[in-house]
Amino acid sequence: MERVTLAHGSGGIESNRLINDLFFSYFNNEVLCRQNDASLIKSISGTLAVTTDSFVVSPIFFPGGDIGKLAVCGTVNDLCVSGATPLYITAAFILEEGLNMCPLEKIVYSMAKAAKKAKVKIIAGDTKVVEKGKCDGIYINTTGIGVLEGYELSQKLEVGDQVIISGTIGDHGACIMSKRKHLSFQTSLKSDCSSLDEITKRILDISSNVRIMRDPTRGGLATTLNELLAYTDKSIMVYENAVPVKEEVQSFCDLLGLDPLYMANEGKLICIVSKEDSKKVLSALHQHPLGQDAAIIGEIIPDSSHKVYLKTSLGAAKRLSPATGELLPRIC
Amino acid sequence: MAYINDFKDPILAQRLLIKTLKLENRPPNTQNTTTPKLENCPQTFNIMEVCGTHTMSIYKHGIDKLLPSYINLLSGPGCPVCVTDTAYIDMAAELALQDNVIIATFGDMLRVPGSTCSLSDMRAQGMHIQTVYSPLECIALAKDYPDHEIVFLAVGFETTTPVIALTLKSAIKESLHNLSMLFSLKTMPHAMENLILDKSVNINAFICPGHVAAIIGTRPFEVLSETYQVPMVIAGFERLDLISAIYTLIQMKHDKYYGCQNLYKRVVKPEGSLKALSLIAEAFEPASSSWRGIGTLPQTGLTLKPSLSHFNAALKFNLTLPHAKVHPDCMCGDVLRGLKKPIECLLYQKLCTPSHPIGACMVSSEGTCMNYYKYNS
Repeated sequence: MERVTLAHGSGGIESNRLINDLFFSYFNNEVLCRQNDASLIKSISGTLAVTTDSFVVSPIFFPGGDIGKLAVCGTVNDLCVSGATPLYITAAFILEEGLNMCPLEKIVYSMAKAAKKAKVKIIAGDTKVVEKGKCDGIYINTTGIGVLEGYELSQKLEVGDQVIISGTIGDHGACIMSKRKHLSFQTSLKSDCSSLDEITKRILDISSNVRIMRDPTRGGLATTLNELLAYTDKSIMVYENAVPVKEEVQSFCDLLGLDPLYMANEGKLICIVSKEDSKKVLSALHQHPLGQDAAIIGEIIPDSSHKVYLKTSLGAAKRLSPATGELLPRIC
Repeated sequence: MAYINDFKDPILAQRLLIKTLKLENRPPNTQNTTTPKLENCPQTFNIMEVCGTHTMSIYKHGIDKLLPSYINLLSGPGCPVCVTDTAYIDMAAELALQDNVIIATFGDMLRVPGSTCSLSDMRAQGMHIQTVYSPLECIALAKDYPDHEIVFLAVGFETTTPVIALTLKSAIKESLHNLSMLFSLKTMPHAMENLILDKSVNINAFICPGHVAAIIGTRPFEVLSETYQVPMVIAGFERLDLISAIYTLIQMKHDKYYGCQNLYKRVVKPEGSLKALSLIAEAFEPASSSWRGIGTLPQTGLTLKPSLSHFNAALKFNLTLPHAKVHPDCMCGDVLRGLKKPIECLLYQKLCTPSHPIGACMVSSEGTCMNYYKYNS
């Protein structure tokens, strides 16, 4: 089976073959295939949104996705939750010498599939190869460009605004943890990795009072809620009873001493919307396959200390702090 | 998978909480003027939960906020990370510096501060330190790196020890000569006895560690409660488990019933796990052990049997116990004995935070200071 060699990153014949046979073949579009040093795109009118992200997930294949799908969906979602329509993506690959071409092709295929689904074009890219042992198989960086077609999210919170989550939390984090080397769990856990372009569009079409949208990736729901409060003078009360968590995710977290509120998601969004519009946003989410478990999980409260609180199922109000350190399992 | 949700049931838990509050006929966390029914006693009822997982569960569910004000929950020395001595971390750090040594450790240990640095700092400096989820992973590591010595940091209580013993057994079976362990294994009953006998600590009742009881059975706790006339319950870790533990202890106090009730019968058998106990007995024998901030306590640890001493990394690498440097204001020892609340420590939230821990109690997800900081700050 053919493997990636240092020659594939040297810019010579092997590099060109890799680019033509693999990347151009799957990412095929008129902007990319012109093969200029820089891709030229027609002018876009309106406010642009730009984002970049690097993907180093391990393992590179996991139930529900792979590093390629993640690299496209992750960047698409960052654009979507900013209120933008994703248009273009660039992709830069760092490959480890010795990586099999077969998994690489699978990853590239799944990037092309995810891009097509989210209606974005991969218009520029780069490939570098590093010596064996200098990276873990494959790393991908993607940069995305989108345009605001609707209104710009105010980012201003008002007391009484409702906090909506688009589905169950912790699915991606629990899935990845369960597949880590040596952790031989037999589970049905599946990553929620998916692009959110359709549901963000539905939300923005149905309500003109969406304040903030975020995708709670690393650090999970608890950390993202803390982050979005950083520059506000309000606080959030989350109702533990209302937060949707799959039973298998909860059981897995219980076993390792983890908390789903801090586990990563890759296909969920938090939407903070006016109380008046919250029901119709929730209803719109319920009508989409990715939003069937959507729920109102909290509200904005007039506490100016910009903290997140959790009303536990027992009725106590506790601080919900941002994550700190690595997510580590307990040892007894 | 029976019971997986039953003991999480919030409605049942709330009902039991209301019953618990009615035992004293007082609203939660308020001082009122009505005459208490129970022994006319406004005095504090100090309940210690020994296990770190209980501590985590209490804070997470907010149980500490909902109890009558006369109930004072104290967290005990049951988190293996919290009780690990600074000198132990220093010895592990010394091993990490040796050529061809790979340190294998549970993740929680990485950030425990040593005299000069943590293992996490050393990993960032390029030392080979590998996180494992089970000691058994060391067997694969030893095979993957035949030219290296794998040193596993063997810390924990009776719960972790059987798997460590099993790992040693597997290493013998596989004729592995490049695996050793740095031991700091601890046992619970004598540590609890020490707390009961400590005049400076006034513990009125114990929530005994459910996981430890699953291994050693109910008898050691029954002996303790009967000998020293201290009510005890063995409890599970869900919200209903913990509220029923507190409810039962108040009733036991009321009835002057001094014994140990097993409320975790779905897991804990009176005889414990004979298989696990036999594994422990094959490899280890009782010894004294050094506890962070508390000192050396007799009969609270386990040491390798002489026939297995070739697995002892301290002997293999001729390590001597270093003189550890501990921050003079660190109150981990007092917090672990229930003498002080984290907030009473001068370092808490000022110099000692989860991002920059000074004491081990601020490191582990089961640590008292960590939970206090995370949920109450």
